[in-house]
Amino acid sequence: MEPLNPYSTCGRYAPSWPRRQFLGIAAGLGAASWLTPVAQLLAAEAETKSARERAQSVILLWLGGGPSQLETFDPHAGEKIAHGTKAIDTAVKGVQLAEGLPRVAEELGSIALVRSMRSKEGDHERGVYLAKTGYRPDPTVVHPSIGAICCHELPAKSAIAKTATDIPRHISILPDAWPARGGYLGGEYDAFKIYDPQAKLQDLTAHVDEARQRQRLAEDLSVVEQAFARGRRRAVEGTLHRQTIDSARIMMTSDQLKAFDIAEEPESVRALYGDSAFGRGCLAARRLIEVGVRCIEVTLGGWDSHVNNHEIHKNLNAQLDPAFAALVRDLRERGLLEKTVVVCGGEFGRTPEVNPLGGRDHWPHNFAIALAGGGIRGGVVLGESDPEGGRETPHAKSFADLHATILQAVGINPAKEVITPIGRPLKLAEGEAIKELLDVRV
Amino acid sequence: MWAVWAKNLLFAAAVLGGLGGMAYVVRPDFRPGRPERLPAVPFNAQEARLAVEPVNAALRRSWEAAGVEPAPRAEDLAVARRISLALTGTIPSLEELRLFEVHPAENRLAWWTSHLLADRRSADYLAERFTRAYVGVVNGPFLLFRRRRFRLWLADELYANRPYDQLVRDLIATDGVWTDRPATNFITATINPDDENNKPNVNALAGRVTRAFLGLRLDCAECHDHPFADWKQRDFQGLAAFFAQTENALFRGESKPFEGIREATGELEAEDYSTGEKHVIPPAVPFKPELLPREPAHRRARLAAWVTHPDNTAFARATVNRVWAILFGRPLVEPVDDIPIDGEVPEALDVLAQDFAAHGFNLRRLMGLIVLSEAFARESAVGAEGASAAQEKLFAAFPLTRLRPEQVVGAVWQAARVSTVDDDSHLLVQLARYGEENDFVTRYGDAGEDEFEPQSGTIPQRLLMMNGELVQGKIQQNLLGNASTQLAWLAPDDQAAVEGAYLAVLTRRPTDAEAEHFIARLRDTTGEERARRMEDLYWTLLNSTEFSWNH
Repeated sequence: MEPLNPYSTCGRYAPSWPRRQFLGIAAGLGAASWLTPVAQLLAAEAETKSARERAQSVILLWLGGGPSQLETFDPHAGEKIAHGTKAIDTAVKGVQLAEGLPRVAEELGSIALVRSMRSKEGDHERGVYLAKTGYRPDPTVVHPSIGAICCHELPAKSAIAKTATDIPRHISILPDAWPARGGYLGGEYDAFKIYDPQAKLQDLTAHVDEARQRQRLAEDLSVVEQAFARGRRRAVEGTLHRQTIDSARIMMTSDQLKAFDIAEEPESVRALYGDSAFGRGCLAARRLIEVGVRCIEVTLGGWDSHVNNHEIHKNLNAQLDPAFAALVRDLRERGLLEKTVVVCGGEFGRTPEVNPLGGRDHWPHNFAIALAGGGIRGGVVLGESDPEGGRETPHAKSFADLHATILQAVGINPAKEVITPIGRPLKLAEGEAIKELLDVRV
Repeated sequence: MWAVWAKNLLFAAAVLGGLGGMAYVVRPDFRPGRPERLPAVPFNAQEARLAVEPVNAALRRSWEAAGVEPAPRAEDLAVARRISLALTGTIPSLEELRLFEVHPAENRLAWWTSHLLADRRSADYLAERFTRAYVGVVNGPFLLFRRRRFRLWLADELYANRPYDQLVRDLIATDGVWTDRPATNFITATINPDDENNKPNVNALAGRVTRAFLGLRLDCAECHDHPFADWKQRDFQGLAAFFAQTENALFRGESKPFEGIREATGELEAEDYSTGEKHVIPPAVPFKPELLPREPAHRRARLAAWVTHPDNTAFARATVNRVWAILFGRPLVEPVDDIPIDGEVPEALDVLAQDFAAHGFNLRRLMGLIVLSEAFARESAVGAEGASAAQEKLFAAFPLTRLRPEQVVGAVWQAARVSTVDDDSHLLVQLARYGEENDFVTRYGDAGEDEFEPQSGTIPQRLLMMNGELVQGKIQQNLLGNASTQLAWLAPDDQAAVEGAYLAVLTRRPTDAEAEHFIARLRDTTGEERARRMEDLYWTLLNSTEFSWNH
């Protein structure tokens, strides 16, 4: 029998609510109960726009801990708040970056900056939740991250890939304590976690040879499964156990696993991304996009610089700069940048003041993030922070706005409502897409 | 050559040493004596039958009224597995199963229940489950260390079987420093460290109290009147106001002692959206105001007295529904913390709630009644196709639910040993277990707070079970450590080896078809080849649906 493609509907075979719920939907309300009528209309409208023009994938370069806007994308060289941090010119006239990012500066023609980001959360865990889901933490529901939404909403096959994707389509490389989750869409939409692409992938290799593996799965396990399924056929189908094993097997033997193997890249390409786990993660992310993975987050943590802010940023910028710049350039040269939204930032910024330990503390009031590709207009700089370090920022943008922008770029209507498991309808993103960033085609 | 000698030496040492005992345990005719540690029995088998009868009568009435045929009674071993997973988060050991089977059939489930309820493993496991409802799973401001301290305190309280109403009053009303009075962490868990006032979050506390102790979701009334139910924003604010005077007094110089959580002064103010005026919200309860005492001035103490008042039926109902959910994997009323306050609830919920209140909020008695009820002993397999939706809804058939990651890892550990893994184990065993368990739970994927939402399995879970190091370490050849090797080498024949593996992993004997298949796999094998085949059998059983799901 031909094995089913495990990701035919993006990570799941069929609605994977166990039978009890699934039957309730199918029998009582119709499968479309997931959508409200208004949202259905909106969704239909959005889908009529040409799908080929849309971005297909999202790469999030996650700077965990909260990078300082002043030492990255929004320097105020010469001002008191810079505390000595210098700035460099970029490919875009009149726009400067902090001194540790010379290669990103060269690519700035493809990169947009939002210098008026504002968050409502000053705690790491809550801030990460808001940044990754576009919603503040809520005790009644867990919101899905942007990658889970993309996997849930977009067709099974990415227009970039030649064949169907049989590795997970939502991946977290070098995850920290809070990797992207599926939230109310279900655990099967959680990001699949991998670590330094240099190391062997975990749990993907059987401990026994192929003959013994086949004996175990085809002969032995079937005997046990048959005994258990007697009198439980429907309930056992609802567990998706056997299908999940099959998907795991397909993945274990998939050629696409090579996408994780950056050793296949020429030395010159690897060198461009830099000799760091983060750089290797960015390179793996590009390879994964090419086999149809929808969303990848690559984490570079350690930005929580309460002590020795400048030194910490100098070291981390040395990893971020080559990786981010090489990723944008590599995608552009391969014609993939238009099809891939790249977002680079963390959960909040850092104080304009430097504390007695040479650190900067949490500052959610205004900070900066960078975006590129997927119809995002390169070279645009949006918003301005106060050169004297005030809290107020004109035209402040929220993470909800950022999420709406990304969804719009990949062709998902941010205003589409889904009925959450608690019965409350929620928009995929509650903000407004940032029009100034989006190419007219989007 | 050296390897052969090493194995012989190892075998001699094993037989002469402590492993001699294991050789007996893996024999099917092994019948142990009574355990040395006599469990504290909350009630004997006969008392249990009497006490559980009203619950059973209510269940039967609900089945009759709906015209639902209850599934047949499950095998005792299947029920024993459920009870073990429910109360200790792991499966019975081969050693325990041999003990279980020497008890007379009519008493063995009551004995097993009493035995486990008095086991420290049960207090430890249930403490984690309750901790989720009380302080959640978010680590954020609530540091790992404090959560652990809280959980240990709770485990001690559960082990002592403290009346549940007293325990809840402690959670809501205790004053003091979190190290010395761990119950205060119910309050401190809501303090945002970035908040300069160092005040607990009154809205989060009102939400927790209503969900965890009253089975009500008032949280959405935090910002607006409840969209479906009859709750007003004022109801929520009135509850929140009980926490308005609570503060966390930090160290402020020698003259002022470090007091921790205490009551001070202050009022909750709310802004009227239409007029923009601010007004003081007085503390008020959303229903049964007559149960709220006027004294003392300590606001949280008043709230705690109201929440746990024996006539506040919402408290007992919420507790029964949550305990039912923890034990069955699914609540009687879904979702677990949304029980209609005036609407109809299943009769069994009310019968259990009344019994709980009438017997001094005795948690062990409540858990005993639930696991010894007719619902807990129903088959999960029905007819050819399976249970109907109505049978499942009314607990006329036992529901299939995904095991929690802690239960899976606990069961893997236990299945790999013929003797019982518990607190008596060597410290090194416990430490190794703690580290492996944490890693496994993280990678298996924690269900978070919504742990009773129905879920299917995930691919990373399957990869972890098929190829992960933990499972491999527990099934590979290791005469001293692993049951699979011990069964391969020490079981008297093929049938005993296969049966031992089934009992140790799935808590049942193989069907005829299964026995035939696996005995044939072992037939005429010896030495390493035999150990490999046993490893295959163990791998297969650990990767079955049956192992990862409660049924």
